[in-house]
Amino acid sequence: MTLDRPKKKNPQIRTRVPTLPPGARSRAALGMAVMAAQGKFALQHCDECGAVQYPPREACAACLSSALSWKGTEPYGKLLAETRIQASPDPYFRERLPWRMGSVRLEAGPVVLAHLVGVGRGDRVKMELRLDRAGQGVMVARPVERSEDMEDDPVLRAMGTHPKHRRILISDATQPVARPLIDALMAAGADHVFAGIPEMWRRPPGMAAVEGLENVSLVPLDVTDQQGLKDAASEIGGKVDILINTARHIRPGGVMGHDTTAARDEMEVNALGLMRLAQAFGPAMAGRTADGVNASAALITILSAHALSPDPAFGAFNASQAAARSVVQTLRAEFAGAGLRVMAVYTGPTDDEWHQPLPPPKVAPKALARAIVEGLQLGHEEVFCGDVARDLAERWQQNPALLEREITGGGA
Amino acid sequence: MSILEQLSMALAGDELEVVDLTHALDPDFPVMVLPPEFGQCARFRMEEVSAYDHRGPAWKWHNLTLNEHTGTHFDAPIHWVSGRDWPNGAVDEIPAEHLIGPVCVIDCSAGATLDDDFELTPAIIEAWERAHGEIPAGAWVLMRTDWSRRKGAEYLNMAEDGPHSPGPTPDAIRLLLSRDIRGFGTECVGTDAGQGAHYDPPYPAHFLLHGAGKYGLQCLCNLDRLPPTGAVLIAPPLKIRGGTGSPLRVLALVPKG
Repeated sequence: MTLDRPKKKNPQIRTRVPTLPPGARSRAALGMAVMAAQGKFALQHCDECGAVQYPPREACAACLSSALSWKGTEPYGKLLAETRIQASPDPYFRERLPWRMGSVRLEAGPVVLAHLVGVGRGDRVKMELRLDRAGQGVMVARPVERSEDMEDDPVLRAMGTHPKHRRILISDATQPVARPLIDALMAAGADHVFAGIPEMWRRPPGMAAVEGLENVSLVPLDVTDQQGLKDAASEIGGKVDILINTARHIRPGGVMGHDTTAARDEMEVNALGLMRLAQAFGPAMAGRTADGVNASAALITILSAHALSPDPAFGAFNASQAAARSVVQTLRAEFAGAGLRVMAVYTGPTDDEWHQPLPPPKVAPKALARAIVEGLQLGHEEVFCGDVARDLAERWQQNPALLEREITGGGA
Repeated sequence: MSILEQLSMALAGDELEVVDLTHALDPDFPVMVLPPEFGQCARFRMEEVSAYDHRGPAWKWHNLTLNEHTGTHFDAPIHWVSGRDWPNGAVDEIPAEHLIGPVCVIDCSAGATLDDDFELTPAIIEAWERAHGEIPAGAWVLMRTDWSRRKGAEYLNMAEDGPHSPGPTPDAIRLLLSRDIRGFGTECVGTDAGQGAHYDPPYPAHFLLHGAGKYGLQCLCNLDRLPPTGAVLIAPPLKIRGGTGSPLRVLALVPKG
C-alpha cells in the first residue's frame, strides 16, 4: 500500500475537528511516553528479581518490589492473536476504522497489546514504542524488516509526523542546515517547502543556496518581527503542515564580559522568536491536525544540548537555549489538546562560523538535517543529534548536578 | 504683522511648503550592516501592547525596539570617537537653536546615477558656490544623490568588498568645515561613502564632522524637492540623555513656486 498525494481540498466540506485517542495514564505508564518520545523500546525491569513487566505498574508483579527501572528491552516477539476492530464508541477510533490490534508475546517475557502494522498471526514481529496523537506511548508491532512504505500504513500515519506529502515551513532558510534539510525532506516525499528568509531586503548570505529549487518558495520571514510573521501566517498559515524552526542567533561568550546586546539578540531570536513563531502559525496548525493525508503534524525546533546544562564559553547563548527549551515544554502542553507534536532536536556544537575555532567532533549541517527528518519520520519528540548531544543527555538524565560540575570544573 | 504671524500666513497660504525628508520607520528599512562579530544596529521592531482588546480595551499602542541610528536619523558629535569629548555633544545637550537652520543642497544625482562610488569633492563644492554663493556659516549641507529611491539590497549595495554608495572625500569635509557648517546630511545609510573605510582618515565625514562638533543626518529622502539655497531645515532629535543620535522627523520649509 502506498499513500497517494492528496487532492486539493474541497472548500465546501468542513475541516475535521481534531479528536484524540484516550490520553489518561497512570504515573507509571507515563514512562512509556518518555521512552517513545526518544524512540527507545524500553520496559519496566525489576531491580530486585529481574522480572520484565507490562503494563507498567507501581510495583513488580512478581516480587512486589517498588524498585523498577525503565531499561532497553529486546524489541522482538510473536503475534499471538489479531483482531480488526470494526466498531468503537471512541470518537478518535470511530473516524479511523477499521483498526488492527493484536497481542504479542515478547521474547523478553510479557504479553503486550499492540497496534498492528503489516503483520499477521504467527509472525515474528519487531516492536516499537511510538507516541500516539494524545502524546502517549503505545506499542506497535511491525515486520522485522523495515520497508519504505511502512510509514504509509494508516495506523502509523495517524500517530506520526512523516514529511511525505506534507508542506513544510523552514523558519530561517539562510542557516547552513537549510539546504541539506530541504534535500532530505524532498527525498522523504515532502510536497513543498516554504523557505523563510529573514531580512530578505538585504539578500542575506545563505539565501542563494535555496533559491530556484523545485517546489521550494521563498517567504520573507523573521522571527523577531511580529507583524511580518502575522503577514506570512495570513498568506501561508493554512498550508503549513510541519514547521521547522531553524532560526538561531549564536555569539560565543559567557555572562561576565559578554554584552547584553548580543544576549538580548539571542533571547529575541532563540526564545522569544520561537514563541512568536508558535503564536503566528500554531493556531492554524492546531486546527488542522485531522485534515486528511496532509494534516498538520509537528512543530520542530533546534536546541543546543547545552540547554540542559550550560557550557560557560557560550553562557549567554545557552541561557537562551534553556529558555527556548522551557518554551518548548509549555508549547507541548498547549498543543497536546490538538495532537500537534512539538519536537526538540538537541545538537552539540555545529560545524559553522560560530564554532570555527573549536576542535571536532562538531555536528555537520547534513547530519543535523538527517536527524530532523528521521525524527519526523519516526514521530519522535526528543531527538539527540551526534555523540556530544547524546552523551550530554545521558549524563544529564543520570545526574544533572554532577554534569554541571563535570562541565564547569566544579566551581571555585 | 510680526515675523511669526507672517510665517504662519505663509505656511497657511501658498508661499511656503513643508517638505518631509523622512522615511517611514518599518522593519524592512535598511540599516547599517557591520561584520557579524561586531555589535549590530537594532532593526526597527514594533510589538503590540494592546489593540482595543483584552490587553487594553479602548486603546492600541506598541512597544518599539530600535537603535539611535535606525531609519532617518541624526548623528551627534559623541557618536564618533573624535567627538567624544565635545562639550554638549549628546543629543539632549545640543542647544535647541541649533536644530533649525538654513540648508544648502548640492545636487550630485547625475554623477551618483552613473557611479555607485561617486565622490563629493572640493571641486564640486566650489563649483556649487560659484553658482549659488558661498555656503553660509551655520548652514546644513545636504548631498543629493537620489539614492533614497533605491530599495533593500540595492540601497546598501553590499558587495564582497563592502558596500558601495556615494559620499564625501576627506577634503570635501575639510572645505565644508572651513565654512563652519552646522552639519552634513545624505540620502545613504551613513554620512560617509560606502567605501569610506578606505579614506584617510577612515570614515572622514564621521571623523572630521563630529571631531569639530558638527552634526550628521542620514537616510534622508525628497531632497529633489529642495532648492539649492533658501530653504530652512527643522531637525530636532529626541532628547535622549547621553544619546549619540536619534531617529527623527526631518522637515524643510521651502518657498513655493
